[in-house]
Amino acid sequence: MTVAARPVSSARLPGLAVLLVVASALVMGLLVLLPLFVVFRDAFDKGLGKYLAAITDPDAISAVKLTLLVAGIAVPLNAAFGVAAAWCIAKFEFRGKSALLTLIDLPFSMSPVVSGLVWVLLFGAQGWFGTWLIDHDVKIIFATTGLVLATILVTFPFVARELIPLMQDQGSDEEAAALTLGAGGFTTFFRITLPNIRWALLYGVLLCNARAMGEFGAVSVVSGHIRGLTTTLPLHVEVLYNDYDFVGAFAAASLLASLGLVTLVLKTGLEWRHSGELAANRRH
Amino acid sequence: MNSQPTDDIDAQGHATSPLSLEINGISKSFGRFPALNNVSLQAKDKEFLALLGPSGSGKTTLLRVLAGLERPDAGEVRFDGEDFLSIPVRRRRVGMVFQHYALFRHMTVAQNIAFGLSVRPRSERPARSEIDHRVADLLALVQLEDLGKRFPAQLSGGQRQRVALARALAIEPRMLLLDEPFGALDAQVRRELRRWLREVHDRAGVTTVFVTHDQEEALDLADRVAILKDGELRQLGTPNEVYESPADPFVYDFLGPACRLPGVVEGGRLTVADWETKAADDAPKGRVEVFFRPDEVMFAPFDGAGLAAEVKAVAARGPDVRIECLIEGKLFELEARGPGVPSGVAPGLSLRIKPTRPKVYAAR
Repeated sequence: MTVAARPVSSARLPGLAVLLVVASALVMGLLVLLPLFVVFRDAFDKGLGKYLAAITDPDAISAVKLTLLVAGIAVPLNAAFGVAAAWCIAKFEFRGKSALLTLIDLPFSMSPVVSGLVWVLLFGAQGWFGTWLIDHDVKIIFATTGLVLATILVTFPFVARELIPLMQDQGSDEEAAALTLGAGGFTTFFRITLPNIRWALLYGVLLCNARAMGEFGAVSVVSGHIRGLTTTLPLHVEVLYNDYDFVGAFAAASLLASLGLVTLVLKTGLEWRHSGELAANRRH
Repeated sequence: MNSQPTDDIDAQGHATSPLSLEINGISKSFGRFPALNNVSLQAKDKEFLALLGPSGSGKTTLLRVLAGLERPDAGEVRFDGEDFLSIPVRRRRVGMVFQHYALFRHMTVAQNIAFGLSVRPRSERPARSEIDHRVADLLALVQLEDLGKRFPAQLSGGQRQRVALARALAIEPRMLLLDEPFGALDAQVRRELRRWLREVHDRAGVTTVFVTHDQEEALDLADRVAILKDGELRQLGTPNEVYESPADPFVYDFLGPACRLPGVVEGGRLTVADWETKAADDAPKGRVEVFFRPDEVMFAPFDGAGLAAEVKAVAARGPDVRIECLIEGKLFELEARGPGVPSGVAPGLSLRIKPTRPKVYAAR
């Protein structure tokens, strides 16, 4: 039929749309790909030998180790907190639910510097608990504990935000069904709730991890920049850059950029394979 | 086949109470919204009881109270003489079929059905082979032998519903609870499954409580029907009892199409407009509301006795004829069949109508 054969006008890209696509591709190329290219070019500027030397420098290695340690503590904790918070919010009705939601979102709307500063105000030498901590020889600020606390605060929303819409979407009928079939609370959680959210959880953990390893502002405030002791990878980049050690700075930066690329690939893979379970997120 | 047990005689001759389920004075509110208000009803052993009502009548809340998924504010539930409310959900052994089935989406059909057996404590859990055997039996019962390895997303609505039922039956429930089991299915599948569900119930021999908003479904399927509105029980009886003598105008209206006219009962006579007839002995006195079903009428020529009516439209479908009439300024859609159809009926004709079984309620 002639009507069916006629192309649908909305499916065709008019000239303006083509122009916009090209323009945005150009802008993205300039703003994203070019800097990424520059990072790797400058890292290898003085050759592979210098690059390897820069990333095997004891301070660099300790920065990598510290970054992994901080993320290794903060991410699992936030995964647990996020699941717990999302579970409460999605499956139960209670007073103060919207207040809790706002609280979860707070780190997103707050400057990371503030997220770092609050810990200094609490646990720093002049802070509320400062004197007590000094008396009992507990170091939080300018120590790993402070870095972990700051990272937890900044990355708190990632897992919860990813899970809440999905869990709200799924409702609690499956859990109720499991209970009537004789399953206990733990069994229900591990055999019903968790499998239903596994991909969204992984997705949230991935984003949380990327942010935890890349966080600069909050950890910068609590770190004190003690080389080899309290510098995470992003702080290590800053320290070297301020020392005019460009190969070292960009070599460390290339590690962070690689982490970003790996995260991106995994994230895209998840979105492609499990779009159904993550789709809930895109509607909100 | 009439297996309806009578009120005081225990059909099975058990020494215990013939009642298996006793619900006494259950109240439950959500915030300020009262969902159930002092509801009491009973179900006999192996009885098929329907909870019928419009949405918001509290029927699903009552079902969830029975399952243990809601805790009532007041009242008690006894099952086989036991205080049911003190037993946690997981130990009640009720098989519940949820409105949207609530199948475990990440498990196969067979795993779904096996779930209730596989989560039992090790000492009570059947052996692997025995579970497999039970699952195969249940798949056969719900006629899904070949679909054990499928996932819920790969099934049709009717198939999912049957899996949900098999999963509930797997734990050998003491009571089966069904929440709008046919709600999400189309009319054709619905009717087929209805018969089949009744057969499964009769074979499984388990007390069943079934929630629906579809009066036809309830009347067709249940041994007894409990009609709820706004959290209150309006009537409890066999399908025939509630259909033949609805307790109040709401029940009358809810159970089928209804025509309603104002009238007066005086000295044993019922007067509706220009029609007078003998009032039923138990009819209320004074101003009343008269109800009748659109197919329970006789037509008479205009010079006879009855309600004066003017035919507005006639639509025939085989032997069934729908006649739209204006009575007392109100438009009614009446039904006639075969010999009951008045001869020469056509728009503009005046005739008289006699409701054969008018039901009278005190006017409010």
